Amino acid sequence: MSNEGNLMKGEAARGLIFNEPLIFKKGKKGRTGCDLPEKLFPSTKPEKLIGASLLRGKAADMPEVSEPEVVRHFTRLSQWNFGVDSGFYPLGSCTMKYNPKVNELAAGLEGFAGLHPLQTDETAQSALQVMFELEKLLCDITGMDAGTLQPAAGAQGELCGMMAIRALLEKRGNARKKVLLPDSAHGTNPASAALCDYDVVSIPSGPDGLIDIKKLKEAMDKDTAALMLTNPNTLGLFEKDIKKICAIVHAKGGLVYSDGANLNALLGKARFGDMGIDVCHVNLHKTFATPHGGGGPGSGPCLVKKELKPFLPVPLVIKSKGKYSLKWDSKNSVGAFHGFNGNFSVLLKAYTYILTMGAAGLKDISEAAVLNANYVRAKLKGYYDIPFDRYCMHECVLSDKIQNEHHVTTLDIAKALIDRGFHPPTIYFPLIVKGAMMIEPTESESKETIDTFIEAMIEIAELAKTDPEAITSAPLNAKVKRMDETKAARHPDLNCCT
Amino acid sequence: MECPQELSYTKEHEWTKEKDGAITIGITDYAQDALGDVVFVELPEKGTSVKAGEPFGVVESVKSVSDLYAPVSGKVLEINSGLEAEPEMVNSSPYDKGWIIKIEISDQSELAGLLTAEQYGEFVKSQK
Repeated sequence: MSNEGNLMKGEAARGLIFNEPLIFKKGKKGRTGCDLPEKLFPSTKPEKLIGASLLRGKAADMPEVSEPEVVRHFTRLSQWNFGVDSGFYPLGSCTMKYNPKVNELAAGLEGFAGLHPLQTDETAQSALQVMFELEKLLCDITGMDAGTLQPAAGAQGELCGMMAIRALLEKRGNARKKVLLPDSAHGTNPASAALCDYDVVSIPSGPDGLIDIKKLKEAMDKDTAALMLTNPNTLGLFEKDIKKICAIVHAKGGLVYSDGANLNALLGKARFGDMGIDVCHVNLHKTFATPHGGGGPGSGPCLVKKELKPFLPVPLVIKSKGKYSLKWDSKNSVGAFHGFNGNFSVLLKAYTYILTMGAAGLKDISEAAVLNANYVRAKLKGYYDIPFDRYCMHECVLSDKIQNEHHVTTLDIAKALIDRGFHPPTIYFPLIVKGAMMIEPTESESKETIDTFIEAMIEIAELAKTDPEAITSAPLNAKVKRMDETKAARHPDLNCCT
Repeated sequence: MECPQELSYTKEHEWTKEKDGAITIGITDYAQDALGDVVFVELPEKGTSVKAGEPFGVVESVKSVSDLYAPVSGKVLEINSGLEAEPEMVNSSPYDKGWIIKIEISDQSELAGLLTAEQYGEFVKSQK
């Protein structure tokens, strides 16, 4: 690879990037992007179509631009962006794997894309079949009995699961007061518990980074509704005593919720249901390769054991005599979670992904994901501090302890990675590791890409010692140089676009 | 790390200063350094009751969001409302201008549970 004029390791080279104003600042009055054929779109007065009373007094202020102006505008904006289609994206606890294009093909099939959400069940059989089968596939993968595809993201899946837990406990006569959470939990977990009116109690991790069983036993009582955990946990470590953990909670009448954020490590290998978990959610936009973040929307199906099934949101997709339909009457349901049927096109993409991979392929995913993370961990050992240095699952956690001696921090390392063409890993999370960098390479990357990333990380570690300023001044190659994040948070300029 | 002798401390990295039954509370130099640039401090309302060991507010930095825990129980006498406009005082002057709340203590005996400057210094060292 030619990296002329740029001695940094990695995949990035210098190149031209274009400034681009708001589209409203482009164009000229009266300019149009395309002419509509008069035969197909005869010109008519709008008041004839909708009545004069519905017309606005003044024409809307719309951009008046030519087709090339529009195309360049959005192409240029897209070049400012970084996504899995442009490079390696090792964002820990987020599983930014590549999103196969065949998924988009399936979601774009006219028979699906052209459906109207208010169509009758009889005329939307294929869509209902996809939902019915996806729910079954996800239940098979996680070892659960039933589920809902409605939640629009992981956090909503959590809320749905916690509401179902509360509903079940209320039905038993006592909703209880507390929810236990390991101190390594995702921030959304305590928020979901609190939204269900539970007090959140943090359980400290032991020196091995796993839940401290003794502390859990002390904290678990008859006022505790549930334990919410993530397995593998947010340090990328498998809670090996998970069966014992579930037994401790169940013995006192509590339930166990597992966050599915890290399911990529377990596909085809271990199932939440078999571990004793009562409720979980899965993130289709992480584990099942649908677009993530701004490219979403997300989807966080919630899956439960059969005793929680009566509390799932409505409608449920059911199959009877070979026909699929939506069932709305469910007297104990916690209610609807999303208009219509969740983010349906995302469901289609995940369904396509699961069928494309097949059972054997899903197993390959978790094996490669775990191997890649351990490879990164082993290769970076010595260059970076590894707070829990043992086999990890699909992600590994480093810290900036060694670089701190030269006043280089995790934030600086993240910025230096941008210069080298990589999206930074998750930083300063989990909170229990000071200066954490959480790297999740995923299974999608080739060994060559991972090696290039490792070389860049090693180069950054060397420079932190010999020329720290080269790291603390990063990024230099990016369109926007180092931002003043503090000023942006303290004095946000929300007027920047006018 | 600065850790004034005349103050008392908690394992949650807060300092307290007693004057005529009023306890001033802030976060330590170590805490402000570990948090990084503070961008927002959520304060309780004057008159609310706080309970020792339970959260009474939130401090948000560019890195993370952390609860503030009450070192002792009592009623909030005063809040440092200057932090709304200038949260950076928590960083620049943690023991003075960056104070957070004043509490009227309800149980003097709780003071005995606080750490001295030496004990807190030892505790921080053991955390590293």
